Amino acid sequence: MSEVSINTHISRQFNAELEDLRQQVLDMGALVEQQIAGAIEALVQSDRDRAEEVIARDVEVNAMEVAIDEACNHILIRRQPTASDLRLVVAVIKTITDLERIGDEAEKIARMAAHLATQEGGTDSYADAGLLGNHVCQMVRDAMDAFARLDPQQALAIAKSDEQVDRRYEGLMRQCITLMMEDTRAIRRMLDVLWAVRALERIGDHACNICEYVIYLVGGKDVRHTSLKDLEQEVFGG
Amino acid sequence: MNQTENSVLRFEQRLLASPKMDIRKLSFFYGKFQALHDIDLRVPERQVTAFIGPSGCGKSTLLRTFNRIYDLYPDQRATGQIWLDGNDILNRQQDLNRLRARIGMVFQKPTPFPMPVYDNIAFGVKLYEKLNRAEMNERVEWALKRAALWDEVKDKLKQDGTRLSGGQQQRLCIARAIAVKPEVLLLDEPASALDPISTLKIEELIGELKDDYTIMIVTHNMQQAARVSDYTAFMYVGNLVEFGATDDIFTNPKQKQTEDYITGRYG
Repeated sequence: MSEVSINTHISRQFNAELEDLRQQVLDMGALVEQQIAGAIEALVQSDRDRAEEVIARDVEVNAMEVAIDEACNHILIRRQPTASDLRLVVAVIKTITDLERIGDEAEKIARMAAHLATQEGGTDSYADAGLLGNHVCQMVRDAMDAFARLDPQQALAIAKSDEQVDRRYEGLMRQCITLMMEDTRAIRRMLDVLWAVRALERIGDHACNICEYVIYLVGGKDVRHTSLKDLEQEVFGG
Repeated sequence: MNQTENSVLRFEQRLLASPKMDIRKLSFFYGKFQALHDIDLRVPERQVTAFIGPSGCGKSTLLRTFNRIYDLYPDQRATGQIWLDGNDILNRQQDLNRLRARIGMVFQKPTPFPMPVYDNIAFGVKLYEKLNRAEMNERVEWALKRAALWDEVKDKLKQDGTRLSGGQQQRLCIARAIAVKPEVLLLDEPASALDPISTLKIEELIGELKDDYTIMIVTHNMQQAARVSDYTAFMYVGNLVEFGATDDIFTNPKQKQTEDYITGRYG
């Protein structure tokens, strides 16, 4: 297994370019986290203004994706990176695609929140959605942390916690269906909630993808489409 | 099984199946100075193997042992074994002319003979084979075509080889090397003195020739190694540090020294 360290190239300029790239990805991650947190807040508190804010900021996420893509192209063209440098650039290109999609999901949730805020009715199921939201938001934060610290063990732990997300998601679905059966007037509203919950579940999947890129980046093994057991074997069994 | 494991398995199977050359415990000395230390390497047949490493790591020295060109210098010697199809070529009984016909070599600087293009090719062939004029014409044309030079020189076969451009001269040397129908081609920095277009032509040629020849290339240009080779060997201070499928070496080398070298880090 080759080690990943950015600041040891003979070319200091290359060091700086890679460090800058890494920092940009972390900044994008931080912005995306804010977007998720904002969307959940807007949903749980029926805060329309907050929702609008999140929707408006999605363009910033998109712009960051484009900028980082360009930086990656620049490095590929100028430096022809190899080994861990190549894996870093590949992992970044993939990570920012998932981050951008997380941003889209957050925007989607904000749209549902804005819509729900205009409707009347109980907000109990929103609170449970909030719990799921906090969980996936934490997953994204941890995934970016694993990326920053190049920590495959942490990445594995996050990927494992996606099972909880799936369970919570199932629970929320059942809850929504029950509410819809009890009160058909709530169907429209519950569908919005369902869409938002579905978006949260997808965010969890994207966070898992980022974790897989971290494992690839550090160890050089492509672990996409493998079971958790194989993943564990990869990280700990080497 | 994931893709990497697959490629490693394929790689090992192919190597076990048919190494063209099997190098065992090869050491090399320039007088008292030991330039190679116990090299063990199995070179796959009809594949391109690239040797990379910093200056003075022994990659050219290693290449020079494969056709015993060092025999021209009295204080240079090799120990160990180099098996070529079941024959140890370091054996004293080895017929060197025959060996060098089987293992051709092309050097960094083009070395055309100061004679017509046609004779440049025919010269070597005459040493090993008795061909009549028609057969020789055919052989010269074949070699020049194989080296992707025929179209450019077919009307100036009587022109002096040294008057061709650098890239053409190098392809002439490759044509000269393959004219005697060798099994192995050794290329020592074959494109380092050429412009990018000539370089690409040589690289293209390497890709075509590997269907018939086992090719080993020494290059300082790592991108070139990545482009042309199937396998890459990384050498450092006379040792073979790592050998593997080129894709694996350039995405996930196993040794830190390899990683440091190919990524341009302080070793």
